[in-house]
Amino acid sequence: MSIKGKSYIVGAYEHPTRKAPDKSVAQLHAEVAAGALADAGLSKEDVDGYFCAGDAPGMGPISMVDYLNLRVRHVDSTDTGGSSYLVHVGHAAEAIAAGKCNVALITLAGRPRSEGMATGTAPRQGNPAQPDLQWEYPYGPTVVNMYAMVAMRHMYEYGTTSEQLAWIKVAASHHAQYNPNAMLRDVVTVEEVVNSPMVADPLHRLDCCVISDGGGALVVTRPEIAKSLKRPLVKLIGAGEATKGQMGGAVDLTYSAARVSGAAAFNEAGVTPADIQYASIYDSFTITVLVQLEDLGFCEKGQGGRFVADGNLISGVGKLPFNTDGGGLCNNHPANRGGMTKVIEAVRQVRGEAHPKVQVANCTLALAHGTGGQLGTRHGSGTLIMERE
Amino acid sequence: MTERTLPAPTPTPETEAFWAATRAGKFLVKTCKECQRAHWYPRALCPFCFADATEWREASGRGRIYSFSIMRRAPQPYAIAYVELAEGPMMMTNIVGCDFDEIAIGQAVRVELREAEGGFRVPVFTPG
Repeated sequence: MSIKGKSYIVGAYEHPTRKAPDKSVAQLHAEVAAGALADAGLSKEDVDGYFCAGDAPGMGPISMVDYLNLRVRHVDSTDTGGSSYLVHVGHAAEAIAAGKCNVALITLAGRPRSEGMATGTAPRQGNPAQPDLQWEYPYGPTVVNMYAMVAMRHMYEYGTTSEQLAWIKVAASHHAQYNPNAMLRDVVTVEEVVNSPMVADPLHRLDCCVISDGGGALVVTRPEIAKSLKRPLVKLIGAGEATKGQMGGAVDLTYSAARVSGAAAFNEAGVTPADIQYASIYDSFTITVLVQLEDLGFCEKGQGGRFVADGNLISGVGKLPFNTDGGGLCNNHPANRGGMTKVIEAVRQVRGEAHPKVQVANCTLALAHGTGGQLGTRHGSGTLIMERE
Repeated sequence: MTERTLPAPTPTPETEAFWAATRAGKFLVKTCKECQRAHWYPRALCPFCFADATEWREASGRGRIYSFSIMRRAPQPYAIAYVELAEGPMMMTNIVGCDFDEIAIGQAVRVELREAEGGFRVPVFTPG
């Protein structure tokens, strides 16, 4: 069963807050849900499917359906880390196509900034039952040094440079200057990125995304309902998901599950990377973007450094405008999970509602992609392709 | 420079023999008696052929650095790495006993069972 053309993203809302010490996580979920439903022109009573991931407090959809006081007939709490929300959109499309629900609500929210979480630099002591924990925790794995090892290997195999990685942050900063809600609005240069303090070689401070509070929500529905609403039509034409592990010790840090999820989404949509006019690409770190661009097929494996250099990702300048909201590198990274905001900015672009300075002209075909977990060793991956109708 | 103290691992019934062996100075790798392949991290069932026939075998302790990073933003900076063992599989570890600037991909390393919290000994690697 293909989901091509069987559902539309009709509501998208990004919380404007970047620091919310005065709000609860559940409240933030409710605020973004209300925002996305208002954007769609639907009400809470229309929702009959609900999707959330590990950021939802309590017992996932059970607690949140109760808190939001929803009456739903379909729930899904698939957790693939920061890519969960891209996967949720695909699952919502499947559920809608199968008749399991008509109006799917997807929410994300969190407050790592208010809670003082050392998101990237502190090893996370997990549950001892987690099978990999005892083989890793003693060595101090953090989000940043795990991604740094991907970058180090990529540099070794393909000659990728810190300056090339820096171009990804530079492009994001060019976009963020127009976003009044972005945490970092100053345009930065390659020199500023490579001269910022080293966090974990070869990743500098400005190779890392921000830590922010906030959230976002999406509403997905069937064609008849979408066409009855007053919003531009954003049709879902392809979705792919995949996971990648350590293969029993055959670790390969040079590629991600985007290779599989991207191919599935492109195949379903019947388009190629060359057709894509705008791409939201998960940017937890600069290296995340580079590896995913290669794996999605925007360039050959190993050529990512050359592809992103010289402003190629800057809207109005390069061939592939990306993350025109400033992305995780400059705008926000709510709940340490960037997949939601990737979908939201892609929806804005397809609707023609991005900031005029970064809006892609006649943007009819966009891609949103995310990786959740550890790039290289074990992660989930979600890719969506959407079309303006 | 003082090196970072290694936190204790958290053994499970599946892995107690490994940690007992490191206390006795032995570094073990699980190998499947059916398909003869070594894997990492150690499991009761072979992750390749799923046979319930894996056994602990003493490893050579030799390997090469596949990738690494120096965690600078830490109270005591340390080197995390993936080392490809002579037996085949790749494992996460720390590189110790050398200047960070000397660490390179492809470098030959050998295991050292270093004292960790809780009386454990944890396999780390050092150039040589």
